[in-house]
Amino acid sequence: MTSANPPAPGGPDPVGSDLSSGAALTPGFRGRARPKGVTLPPGQYAEEGFPVLSAGPTPNVDSSTWSFTVTAESGATRSWTWAELMALPQDEPTVDIHCVTRWSKFGTRWRGVSLDVLLADVESTADFAMVGSYGGYTTNLPVADLLGGKAWIAHTFDGKPLHPEHGGPARLLVPHLYFWKSAKWVRSLTLMPVDRPGFWEKLGYHDLGDPWREQRYQGD
Amino acid sequence: MTEAVGARLGARYAVPSGWQVATLVDRRAESPSAETLVLDVPGWPGHQAGQHLDLRLTAPDGYTAERSYSVASGPTPPDAGRVEVTVQRVADGEVSPYLVDVFPPGSSIEVRGPIGGWFVWDPVRDAGTPVLLVAGGSGLVPVMSMARARREAGDRTPFRLIYSVRTAEDQLYTDELAALAARGDGFEASTIFTRAVSLTALRGPRRLTSSELASWGWPPELEPRVYVCGPTGFVEAVASMLVAHGHDPARIRTERFGPAAG
Repeated sequence: MTSANPPAPGGPDPVGSDLSSGAALTPGFRGRARPKGVTLPPGQYAEEGFPVLSAGPTPNVDSSTWSFTVTAESGATRSWTWAELMALPQDEPTVDIHCVTRWSKFGTRWRGVSLDVLLADVESTADFAMVGSYGGYTTNLPVADLLGGKAWIAHTFDGKPLHPEHGGPARLLVPHLYFWKSAKWVRSLTLMPVDRPGFWEKLGYHDLGDPWREQRYQGD
Repeated sequence: MTEAVGARLGARYAVPSGWQVATLVDRRAESPSAETLVLDVPGWPGHQAGQHLDLRLTAPDGYTAERSYSVASGPTPPDAGRVEVTVQRVADGEVSPYLVDVFPPGSSIEVRGPIGGWFVWDPVRDAGTPVLLVAGGSGLVPVMSMARARREAGDRTPFRLIYSVRTAEDQLYTDELAALAARGDGFEASTIFTRAVSLTALRGPRRLTSSELASWGWPPELEPRVYVCGPTGFVEAVASMLVAHGHDPARIRTERFGPAAG
């Protein structure tokens, strides 16, 4: 981030030790026991539950009518029905996820199809993609962050069909970026030569959203 | 990292970069488990009703914890640079028990914001379209900012608030909500209790029903702007009922807080 005062775990906070007002910074705050054996991105804390965050009502999406469509910059499209998605090679990634609202959840278990499989035969030189959802949500990502075993269309969480609140029947899963990039109720991926902001990105959130660089908001 | 995009909408909602040091100038109890913190934030750029801010707390060993809180105050407070948040104590929380029970007036905290441009209501841009606010528990805080924005602007946009809270003791802003409704300028509020009610209450303690939501809200034909904020289960239930009543999902804005709130 661009802040002159990045969090400094394990060392004195430069702000806390140099306050022009002379007042102590949050005196008496101790916080929880520091997490051991895990690595948290800056500003995150470990969460055992699975909180839900969505900008609107949860849409009802039936897998019998679900489809996923990739559109290249040429206009060419490729679509998969639910049955076709299930017939593709399946991965079972176990990954850590990081929400911009500051919770991180370790060792989440998913099943789904790698974007490497879905995009393999798509003709495109685009560097960016806009992912769209049932319900109208959108989010933009670099194509480089969707390829190379880094992103999936996930339909199973912890051995069970993905619950609608968490994006079922299928959501994008891009665990190395903040979780708003992992669009729930995913239905489309449109390749773009030039980056354009998606839903939250238009509202001030970061275009990439790398939790390890704490890219929460535009300008971070 | 990305190519520049001309006149991007994001610029309108740009978050001021970096953290600034704010001072707690006052605090007041809203209920036995919730306190309003009055922060003096030099250079606060102003906010829209419904936006939130980030607070960063620092422990003696340099450990920091960051949390987001909805701004409770309206966009035009009497004192420039004063921003209020209302914090509900979460029993096993890391941050909220400190803010509610310990954080002393006169001390400092780092603030970043305002943040968020979706769950917002603006008395100029959004005037005229009826508004339905549905709040569960401390989900009242951001919609209270909207009610305050309306009052500050002298706006008469029809507002209806439905507030679901466990018990009378847990209610926030009780007198102020009564005063807003008593102005007779188109603000109506309905409050229900889900856990306990007085012996003389006509309605037993239970969750908000579909028929209550329909009769205390607006009919979908009026195409109201709807804001729903509260715990995940509450928001899911209310949003589903609203869609079943015929409200366009695109006009329903939600903000959820899960078990992670703390």
